[in-house]
Amino acid sequence: MTQPVTQPVGVENLPVRRGLLRPVLRNPLAIGALAVLSVIVLASLLAPLIAPHSPTSLRLDQINAGPGDGYLLGGDGAGRDIFSRLLYAGRNTLLGAAIALSVALALGVLSGLLSGYYGGFLDGIFGWGANLLMALPTMIVLLALFQALGSSIYLSMVAFGVMLSPGFYRLVRGQVMAVKHELYVDAARVSGLSDPRIIGRHILLVVRAPVVIQASVVAGIAIVVQSGLEFLGLGDPATPTWGGMLQDAFTNIYTSPIAIWWPGMTIALTVASLVLLGNAIRDVIQRTTSSSTRLPKPQPVVALPPVLDDRESALLRIRNLSVGYPSGAEVVHGVDLDVRRGEVLGLVGESGSGKTQTAFSVLGLLPPGGTLLGSSSIQFDGAELARLPENERRVLRGRRIGYIPQEPMSNLDPCFRVGQQLVEPLRAVAGLSKRAAIAEALSLLERVGIPEPRRTFAAYPHEISGGMAQRVLIAGAVSGKPDLLIADEPTTALDVTVQADVLELLRDLQTEFGMAMLLVTHNFGVVADICDRVAVMQDGRIVETGDVRPLFADPRHPYTKSLLESTLEDSTPRTRLEVNHA
Amino acid sequence: MLEATNVVVEYAGRGWRSKGFKALHEVSFGIRPHETLGLVGESGSGKTTIGRAVLGLVPVSSGSIRFDGRELVGMPRRQRRGLSDDIQVVFQDPYSSLNPSMTVEDILVEPLVARRAGDRTAASQRVRTLLDQVGLPHDAVHRLPREFSGGQRQRIAIARALALRPKLIVCDEPVSALDLSTQARVLDLFISIQEETGVAYLFISHDLAVVRHISHRVAVLHRGGIVEYGDAAKVTERPEHPYTQRLLMAAPIPDPDRQAARRQERRALLASEAVA
Amino acid sequence: MIGFVGRRLMACAVLVVMIAVVTFLLAFSATGNVARNLLGENATADQLAAKNAELGLDQPLLAQLGSWAGHALRGDLGISWFTNEPVSQAIANRLPVTLSMVVLAVACTALISVCLGVAAAVRGGWLDRSIQVLSVLGFALPNFWVALVLVVFFSVSLGVLPATGYVRLSESPGGWASALVLPVASLVIGSTASAAQQVRGAVIDVLRQDFVRTLRARGLSPRSVLFRHALRNAASPALTVLSLQFIALLGGAVVIEKVFAIPGLGTLTINAALQGDVPVLMGVVVTLVVLVVIVNLAIDVVSGWVNPKVRVR
Repeated sequence: MTQPVTQPVGVENLPVRRGLLRPVLRNPLAIGALAVLSVIVLASLLAPLIAPHSPTSLRLDQINAGPGDGYLLGGDGAGRDIFSRLLYAGRNTLLGAAIALSVALALGVLSGLLSGYYGGFLDGIFGWGANLLMALPTMIVLLALFQALGSSIYLSMVAFGVMLSPGFYRLVRGQVMAVKHELYVDAARVSGLSDPRIIGRHILLVVRAPVVIQASVVAGIAIVVQSGLEFLGLGDPATPTWGGMLQDAFTNIYTSPIAIWWPGMTIALTVASLVLLGNAIRDVIQRTTSSSTRLPKPQPVVALPPVLDDRESALLRIRNLSVGYPSGAEVVHGVDLDVRRGEVLGLVGESGSGKTQTAFSVLGLLPPGGTLLGSSSIQFDGAELARLPENERRVLRGRRIGYIPQEPMSNLDPCFRVGQQLVEPLRAVAGLSKRAAIAEALSLLERVGIPEPRRTFAAYPHEISGGMAQRVLIAGAVSGKPDLLIADEPTTALDVTVQADVLELLRDLQTEFGMAMLLVTHNFGVVADICDRVAVMQDGRIVETGDVRPLFADPRHPYTKSLLESTLEDSTPRTRLEVNHA
Repeated sequence: MLEATNVVVEYAGRGWRSKGFKALHEVSFGIRPHETLGLVGESGSGKTTIGRAVLGLVPVSSGSIRFDGRELVGMPRRQRRGLSDDIQVVFQDPYSSLNPSMTVEDILVEPLVARRAGDRTAASQRVRTLLDQVGLPHDAVHRLPREFSGGQRQRIAIARALALRPKLIVCDEPVSALDLSTQARVLDLFISIQEETGVAYLFISHDLAVVRHISHRVAVLHRGGIVEYGDAAKVTERPEHPYTQRLLMAAPIPDPDRQAARRQERRALLASEAVA
Repeated sequence: MIGFVGRRLMACAVLVVMIAVVTFLLAFSATGNVARNLLGENATADQLAAKNAELGLDQPLLAQLGSWAGHALRGDLGISWFTNEPVSQAIANRLPVTLSMVVLAVACTALISVCLGVAAAVRGGWLDRSIQVLSVLGFALPNFWVALVLVVFFSVSLGVLPATGYVRLSESPGGWASALVLPVASLVIGSTASAAQQVRGAVIDVLRQDFVRTLRARGLSPRSVLFRHALRNAASPALTVLSLQFIALLGGAVVIEKVFAIPGLGTLTINAALQGDVPVLMGVVVTLVVLVVIVNLAIDVVSGWVNPKVRVR
């Protein structure tokens, strides 16, 4: 058997696994924080080599002395060299913090993994323990346990580690719970991986980064709390620590106020570096997950002379609409579109075609950063929306332009009853009295086919079904009797039978109110059902526009053709297999 | 090959007072080798639960699922893991079904290593064959899932399912998250793989048109029970059960005139049901 | 809602009992030297034994726990071993001092952090960046050190505010206020920094939600969307942050009291800890845990009222 000469791709010689370390090392903030931390850690470790004096040697002439005269930072209340003591103290303080961190990590991560992965009884027990520990005022409990733990600060730090562990527990458990329901974990289980392998391969990988970030914060907390305990005099007076030095400086605060600065600044510098390191790692992770490319900034809209309408009056007239984002991505390129009064225009395309962005531009509600570029023009009933100030634009929304979103559930405010969410815009926009607004809301709910309007009116969004929620949103959209309704995939999230009902409702409302409708969808069935005209979008451009019947019968553009050919409606079912393989 | 009889799945209620929720009531069906059984239903109909029960991802309360004569219900997990050679899965969401921090090679090698540890050259050989099979280039191996489009990711998921040469793949809404044109291509890939390898599919979808395109036989689920079960042509074109009829009438046809006719038909059907 | 509160009350009661038992067992397991500490180095073995019997320390640990719990349920937390003052009375005298400090600090934290957090979330730009910097600083500077710096600056150098001492509100409101300015300020700086950061995050999360776009599409003004809807949705995470800050501030107050020589619970606790006055320590722990639990419960109820979805979970 001969091996092919081309490079063999074994599991062992995979390219470098995309770890965290490398991108983090390219972040200037992270490098700075790491450098400061390494200096502090190294100086503390090497204290016996680099400290100019012994931490315990006394010089009476240097009691509370200022910097100089052999003592770089001056002397403390007993005449010892502050600089040397800072170095030696670093070892003890950092060791204490390391102990607390390790205990918290070991307990928190392990219990979080088990609790999140297996759930059930174990989860209950650990959850209880975590709640118990989180209700403790840490400092007080450490004080109360001082006698039991003895004057060794390290034992107190073990206890403190236990009290810090719920932070890790909650974090890890939350992450594991989220990952556990990811389909790739199910897929791994179906592939025959055992539990320990799944935890090791799939779950630890996800938990790793948040744990590192949290650890940097916890290490900071541990340093601060440990110093606090020592500051209160609960440490071993024989070992120098940063907190102990602060205590000494405090007792001499009137004679030598400058002495509080050195240990304080050291603590602050150490903790700040830890936190900044954590922040930098988080930034790096967020950046790698949402890849961004930097391109020149888009230009905002330039003023245009008002275009006179020479053809039959379009209610909405979009010309040369381009939408860009600060990242440089241009998602809509020069779209022209007309919606006549009382007609339903279907805007069809696949994901990423820019159809939703076009709809949001009309509403003036592009996601943060989205801007209209160049000579984009959106004329609504003769008014140029692209240059209208926000407060004048707002007057149009709800009253003359309505909006039906895609996801029914996430588009209702979970904190307010359904009725309130209808009443509020009615009062704000139509200026109705409270009583009139409630009556109007109830009649709207009845109009959109909700069986028990009063009950739904008083319900919270999580208490109604998706189909009901979509009807509520439709009621809200038509409540201002708008001239134009923007419907962004209004039936995509619904079941087929509910979709059919909602389409019927939309059709009825559209004829009843004589509204024009811009219907964004990817479903040609929906277009065939309700639209008068269609515009097909691809990659931010309109490739074909036309009346529904001719367009379906004879699509011109190859993209439209390929889309219509991919519909499965007329495919023939496969015939029953004759069992002849047995 | 797979024979499910009177399968009941009941989820325990939260807390001690609330009652359990019965996701499936006594569901029975069978799948033969080389065959596609389509399961169609709306949300909450229990179609996904069936798939997960077959995969052993939800506990079955009563009934039996037999695969090649072996009883799956109540099989210990260790033994159950051995079945991964025979039963595999392709999930709906191509975004969450692939671990975002693993390369395509890691993902594809995982089932191979899990089942027969060792021989890495053979494994990487197999990975290449799999990529060929699903129409992805060989240089895909070192890339991460996020570098691929939805349709390509679904191809990776299919390759993972094929890695162990299973006899049955449970496909849980594998094309519903995809765009129309991608959807058609991925469905055709499913069909050509079946013709090539003879694998059987349990194909779950909410879309009657998709199910009709790929299935030999179809079962329609409604509220945790099968209401109609038979040959694809019959169930999806001339359904007998009123629920299936409603389902068929509800799906809009991408043709304005035929859709107008269907709309009338649907109104008539609903009206006649309301009278009855 | 009543069921929700009832369940929480039960859970809280169990929590308090568990903490009391664990602390008791730990604290009373190390009482070997108490008699000698009380009687001095020259005490005879007989005297030590008599003292131990007087304090009940010759009993088995569980029996001690039983008798302590029995008394505690009737509101009697025992008598200090060193000052012979009843523990309940000692705590009652000092709790108002600490509470006035902590409550003021929480109120300031809530006010400042909500304003800063919302402003940073909505405005962005330099305000947002300075809050990020502030939160790192607030986290990195230990509050007792901030207190020292404030003392050096305002008391030692400028001499405008008292460095130590506490004046009762009933004696002189002005004196009370000026005595609390520095302690409260040193607590607030740290807690505001982290709370503002988290309020900012919560508001940003809410403003990204779909329903915010829908409400604006209905013609509501950005102001009413922000103040009526976004703030209400951000309230439950913000309240959780505040309840955690309350616990942290109780601990922080202990150290701050030492810096400013304020006769509160902290000073009582530190002295008791150094002497090994276990009944006092037990009393303080139980009182504070009950306090924390009540505050948490109140916050849960408010959260459930503000966001009905929380109740379901």
